[in-house]
Amino acid sequence: MKRLVVIGAGMASGRMLEHLFEREAGYEVTLFGAEPRGNYNRIMLSPVLSGEKSYDEIVTHDADWYAGNGVTCRFGERVEGVDPDRKVVVTASGETAYDKLVIATGSDPFIIPVPGADLPGVMAYRDLDDVERMQGYAAKGGRAVVIGGGLLGLEAAAGLKARGMDVTVVHLAGHLMERQLDPAAGYLLERELRSRGIEVLTEANTAELRGTDHVEAVLLKDGRIIETDMVCMAVGIRPACALGREAGLAVNRGIVVDDAMVTSDPDVLALGECVEHRGQLFGLVAPLYDQAKVAAATLAGEAAAFDPPQVSTKLKVTGVDLFSAGDFAEGEDREEIVFRDAARGVYKRLVLEEDRIVGVVMYGETADGAWFLDKLRSREDISDGRDTLIFGPNFAGGAPVDPMAAVAALPDDAEICGCNGVSKGTIMAAIAGGAGSLAEVTALTKASTSCGSCAGLTAQVVALGLGDGFVIPAEAGMCGCTDHTHEDVRRLIVADGMKAIPEVMQKLHWKSSGGCAKCRPALNYYLLCAWPEEYADHAQSRFINERVHANIQKDGTYSVVPRMWGGITTPDELRAIADAADKYAVPTVKVTGGQRIDLLGVQKEDLPAIWADLNAAGMVSGHAYAKGLRTVKTCVGTDHCRFGTQDSTGLGIRIEKALWGAWSPHKFKLAVSGCPRNCAEATCKDFGVVCVSEGYQLHVGGAAGMEVKPTQLLCTVATEDEAVEYCAAFYQLYREGARYLDRPWKWIDRVGLDHVKEKVVEDAESREALAARFFHSQTFFQHDPWAERANGKDAHEFMPMADLTRVAAE
Amino acid sequence: MSDFVDIGHLDDIPPEGARVVKTPLGCIAVFRTSEDEVFALDDRCPHKGGPLSNGIQHGRSVTCPLHNWVISLETGQAEGADEGSVATWAVKVEGGRILLDRSRFSRAVAAE
Repeated sequence: MKRLVVIGAGMASGRMLEHLFEREAGYEVTLFGAEPRGNYNRIMLSPVLSGEKSYDEIVTHDADWYAGNGVTCRFGERVEGVDPDRKVVVTASGETAYDKLVIATGSDPFIIPVPGADLPGVMAYRDLDDVERMQGYAAKGGRAVVIGGGLLGLEAAAGLKARGMDVTVVHLAGHLMERQLDPAAGYLLERELRSRGIEVLTEANTAELRGTDHVEAVLLKDGRIIETDMVCMAVGIRPACALGREAGLAVNRGIVVDDAMVTSDPDVLALGECVEHRGQLFGLVAPLYDQAKVAAATLAGEAAAFDPPQVSTKLKVTGVDLFSAGDFAEGEDREEIVFRDAARGVYKRLVLEEDRIVGVVMYGETADGAWFLDKLRSREDISDGRDTLIFGPNFAGGAPVDPMAAVAALPDDAEICGCNGVSKGTIMAAIAGGAGSLAEVTALTKASTSCGSCAGLTAQVVALGLGDGFVIPAEAGMCGCTDHTHEDVRRLIVADGMKAIPEVMQKLHWKSSGGCAKCRPALNYYLLCAWPEEYADHAQSRFINERVHANIQKDGTYSVVPRMWGGITTPDELRAIADAADKYAVPTVKVTGGQRIDLLGVQKEDLPAIWADLNAAGMVSGHAYAKGLRTVKTCVGTDHCRFGTQDSTGLGIRIEKALWGAWSPHKFKLAVSGCPRNCAEATCKDFGVVCVSEGYQLHVGGAAGMEVKPTQLLCTVATEDEAVEYCAAFYQLYREGARYLDRPWKWIDRVGLDHVKEKVVEDAESREALAARFFHSQTFFQHDPWAERANGKDAHEFMPMADLTRVAAE
Repeated sequence: MSDFVDIGHLDDIPPEGARVVKTPLGCIAVFRTSEDEVFALDDRCPHKGGPLSNGIQHGRSVTCPLHNWVISLETGQAEGADEGSVATWAVKVEGGRILLDRSRFSRAVAAE
């Protein structure tokens, strides 16, 4: 009998032994295993953790099986080395000789090397010991943090939650399971986990684990601290290839094997997670089983070759249906078919290349996963059944998806027309009561009869109520990514409580998976306007100027404009500006039309430093780059002018201090003139004040850009306080109602000045509410972005990633 | 022959963001997509030289910040009605590290 020694009693070597014994190849087998037990189904550890299965149920090879096949089991005995020259394996108890050796040492969990990683209470999620340790903590209740929102981490989190712990998942990437899921499916998964009471933190980078003699808290790099009783690290695995390396075998990231699973030594085979085959590592079980088959054949002297199969992933969390396979990245030569059913939380995406499926992501409904995987593996040409492909095998020729699903999914109390307080239920009731056309419904309910911006949405609800035969009047969508208009998207964001860009794209059936340069900045704005306190600004959906808080110039340099409140400056500020211009070799210093000073031609890398200098002199960002509050231009007013009727400079500064930092659909420029001579040119601004002896004329909707528009008079008020309140209310009405990139005049053209007057002038309650919403929002946005960046925020925006100029020259 | 050099970690670039690598042949923009793919292109739009690293990224494309040309990250070709292309650079990710093929500019420097 030939002597076969196997190091590692895991799933790969277990399967290999099964194949080998079937062949009766004549080996006497000695099996070493680091764990004090035989082979069990490691994939089923999660159900054991959650309590849905017991250890006995997941054992694959018990003592009888080993005995029946004559395997000498040496479990719990550590292999210290291999000597391929003398063909022996070394352990504490001596040497064991072999004719053939199989290394199946698997992988080690990766422990992030942060301070505190070695504290008691910090564990990996790899074997039954880890599971038993976690169950011990769970029995005491309390809190758990799982670091890593991948497959394993989420299973651990769900298991711990099921055992009664309060669980927080800390995940480095922007969405969960980013290797298997695209952002839309990642969002659905996150929502599902949240609804189960699992807290999910994405883009969360662990800095340190804290505690004295036991872990007590996780500190994130952004300063957040999460108190906890235990930490489970599930951030990834590394091939355990130390034995192979020390034995002198060829090792890259894993032990290198050829197609027959033979290492660089002809008598040593390797398989499982410890190997590297054609540069690839393996972590899922399907390819491991294929390797086991090949290794058994090789040992039996048969020719066999391992060909890595296309694998799919399923998350083993009860009640979460999720399937992913293949490559689902976008590409120019790739097309995608996306199916979204927001109401049921179903998302399916097929990625096609040359009429073949190359990737599948499914969430919420995964029954057809195997069918798609089969087509992916066989590289079947799908051009024939393409129209109904996404519906799976049972729906070929079925009805197309309902384009109004998002409207249909709205609850009855969802607000459709804000002006008139009309809900979806009101419209449906009108139709049930006999209204048979859009005109009848709007006449009855008053929906969309005021500002009209909800006309599209109202029509959709009417269509839903009236059913077939009603054709919605066509209006262009926001961009090529959606048929919804700007107004509908804004309204649906509020009505449905959507709070993230992927969520909007998912629920409103976006036709592209990542949006475009037109819709992403618009969505980012709509969300931050709707949810100032909750929405997390998405920098990568902002135009570069707003991302780096300066204006990009034609040569890639930037211009820097510090704020000068109401156009007033001081000798000290001017000296600081002059010093900064010298220090950073600013080529052009220019006075702007908005009464301040522009430093043009600053290098991007210098921005945080020049801001720090200007901050030190008391100056903040002028937001000259922003779709937001720009300047309040003023004349000198009663302080010096013989014609001045009011303190126009003082009012200008007061308004600027109230409004600065706000974001809006487009830039927002103001002016305050001290008398009707109007030296501050207030009547071509978005909002202009002309002081008169009896008070303040408020003018709106002017512009002096691509289009020159004189303002229209909104009203006249008696006091400065009123001027500020009306101004804030007008700005908020514009912020909440306008399409992204529409200046106020364009928005007023759409909704009518009467609508503005009604909301800002005639209805005091409405005006107060608008102003209150504006000032509430301001509490979140009045922070100098320059100071934040001078202190290190977003440093990656300003610094090159690497400088290879010198390295290469050496 | 390719000559890959480590330029940093994948996490040094935010998803859907880009960073610049300075080289003797000018700046290279290194992009990370939402799917964690990495692409490298000359940081100069074929239209008027705009820094593509500053653009908004969507799918496997970037929109130039100066005049909204849309450039394919894979091919460097302008998309839609515009015509032009920008040089692409071989780049790969291994174990979270981003590796850039510098053979072209190391040759260019050696030839000087």
